[in-house]
Amino acid sequence: MKVKRILEVRDLHAGIDGREILKGIDLTVNAGEVHAIMGPNGSGKSTFSQVLAGRDTYAITHGEILFEGKNIIDMPPEDRAAEGIFMAFQYPVEIPGVKNNYFLKTALNSIRKHRGEPELDAMDFLSVLKEKMKTLKIDESFANRAVNYGFSGGEKKRNEILQMAVLDPKLAIMDETDSGLDIDALKIVAGGVNSLRGPDRAIVVITHYQRLLNYIVPDIVHVLMDGRIIRTGGKELALELEEEGYEEINNGAAQ
Amino acid sequence: MSDLDDPIRESIQKEYQWGFVTEIESETFPKGLSEQVVAMISAKKREPEWLLAWRLQAYRAWLKMEEPRWANVKYPPIDYQDIHYYSAPKRPDARSQNMEDLDPEIKRTFDKLGIPLEEQMRLAGVAVDAVFDSVSVATTFKDKLAGLGIVFCSFSEAVRNHPDLVRKYLGSVVPHNDNYFAALNSAVFSDGSFCFIPKGVRCPMELSTYFRINAAETGQFERTLIVAEEGAHVSYLEGCTAPIRDKNQLHAAVVELVALEGATVKYSTVQNWYPGDKNGKGGIYNFVTKRGECRGARSKISWTQVETGSAITWKYPGCVLTGDNSVGEFYSVALTNNYQQADTGTKMIHRGKNTRSTVISKGISAGHGQNSYRGLVKVDKAAVGARNFTQCDSMLIGDKCGAHTFPYIEVNNTSSQVEHEATTSKIGEDQIFYCQQRGIGSEDAMNMIVNGFCKEVFGELPMEFAVEAQRLLEVSLEGSVG
Repeated sequence: MKVKRILEVRDLHAGIDGREILKGIDLTVNAGEVHAIMGPNGSGKSTFSQVLAGRDTYAITHGEILFEGKNIIDMPPEDRAAEGIFMAFQYPVEIPGVKNNYFLKTALNSIRKHRGEPELDAMDFLSVLKEKMKTLKIDESFANRAVNYGFSGGEKKRNEILQMAVLDPKLAIMDETDSGLDIDALKIVAGGVNSLRGPDRAIVVITHYQRLLNYIVPDIVHVLMDGRIIRTGGKELALELEEEGYEEINNGAAQ
Repeated sequence: MSDLDDPIRESIQKEYQWGFVTEIESETFPKGLSEQVVAMISAKKREPEWLLAWRLQAYRAWLKMEEPRWANVKYPPIDYQDIHYYSAPKRPDARSQNMEDLDPEIKRTFDKLGIPLEEQMRLAGVAVDAVFDSVSVATTFKDKLAGLGIVFCSFSEAVRNHPDLVRKYLGSVVPHNDNYFAALNSAVFSDGSFCFIPKGVRCPMELSTYFRINAAETGQFERTLIVAEEGAHVSYLEGCTAPIRDKNQLHAAVVELVALEGATVKYSTVQNWYPGDKNGKGGIYNFVTKRGECRGARSKISWTQVETGSAITWKYPGCVLTGDNSVGEFYSVALTNNYQQADTGTKMIHRGKNTRSTVISKGISAGHGQNSYRGLVKVDKAAVGARNFTQCDSMLIGDKCGAHTFPYIEVNNTSSQVEHEATTSKIGEDQIFYCQQRGIGSEDAMNMIVNGFCKEVFGELPMEFAVEAQRLLEVSLEGSVG
């Protein structure tokens, strides 16, 4: 079977206010794979996910980001989303007064429009939404609440998963999805992510702790330190990290 | 960017769409203000003696008053002698009120603005009184309403046909010397709308006045008086536009509402006067006094306003809650973009027992806009058990605009409860990015966030108005996202 390449990052350098944070990242992610990127605080994990999503706060100084073979470096975030990139936020943003269902319908229809597909009317959209909520065991009241407004930490993360399910991306980047979750919430969220694994979708899980990877088991693990990927391995690398710590791995990589 | 963004780009380039001028012949008084001009206006309208006396009383009071300077707005001094105080379209017979006599150019103007003036348009279900410059040019559905005993007509007509009603209520809520601009209006008001709902009648349709300033260097001073007798019910809408002109124009209106026992008056405004250009040149000075009195027990007055236009807005629609258990409400969205300034809010005066008031104010500032909320909640000693809830939220878009809040609370008894909540938020780059990441472009994202912010107020507007208000906000905010 031919491997379908979803994301290819080549020698990516990026920073903010003249300070370089990403110092040459190379990464290849294929359809069907789940990658974990692990790293300590300040290693550039969140910067990397935001740069992939197109946040213009960061300046890309060198390198390429290829999405399905196309360089997307100059593409605005909404176009990247339409192409099939989804990022689950570490801190999902609250939008008071805007209902979840309205927000998601607008998002889905913007994406469909971009792809030249007909927009869904309210009824059709509602049936899509209801079906996804059922699969993810999310209460229907979610649809009528304002986007993340007054949600608990766990609810916010589940809402991200719901959005991901509705928007059906080719590449999902989970930015520290485990932060601020207790173990029960973590299990629920991980269950949601697992239900969205599939042969056509690639998932990149960004995390500080190995804990999440007990529930979302990755195919490949990368260690990010000081803006570079210093080691790549199988799922056992995460366990090794947990035991030895980032410093030890870093020293090992240097030798 | 892909060509799919065209609708957005197109809408960014859209500017004030109501800025056209209608070429009509009109009769305009020379510039300047004097007792003689006041008398000329009164004579023009063939007013009774008492009304001229009232006007002159107001004029003399005005001469002794000073223009208020406490508002948080800046503008050069107004030369009150450099304004035309009366301008009216010429028509075959000035006294005729037939639709057929209406100048076709004016009719076309209102058509362009989307205001149906013909009775055939009854499907629209809104009775309209249209004021063009200084005079009311047409009132629709009059006969149908008359069958219920409802009077809905231009102010001048009311003076002619219902002088006792006008005399009884005129100035009873906003006295002729209430404030500088109200006094000026009382002296020179040229027309406006009058509405009377008799005892026990529920007005079956929305009543609406549409104000249009057309002539240059003309002030518009209209006066609206709405009286709802015992148990009556009315919902009233007001819309306004003006052509694009370089010079600032003064609009000093007065609106008085009276609700007797058990009556309800709901007054909604979508104000879209010309705001001036991107550099702050031109635009309307909107210095308006609006006040309602809940005169009877269990009566209710509700103000809803969406203020997107005008160079400067100075406006505090208020409620005097005289009747026991009466209710006052104020819902407001005020937006300032470019160099617009708004100092707006409300006054809730609690006089009767167990009176209640709710204030929801949403201020949005973009560009160099300055937006101030100024609100007074006053509870008299006799108003035992009074309650007020005020929520005052400001949203900032960009870093050159300002939001200010000036709440005044005065409570004179111990059994009342007053709550004030205020928030200020900035449309965050993170909110916009979040929407973008979900596929929604930045301009749409901003409109969505702003509409979400204003939702509680839009919910109070009649359906068609809510849609128009939303669209207006979108047009007014174009280009605000960098």
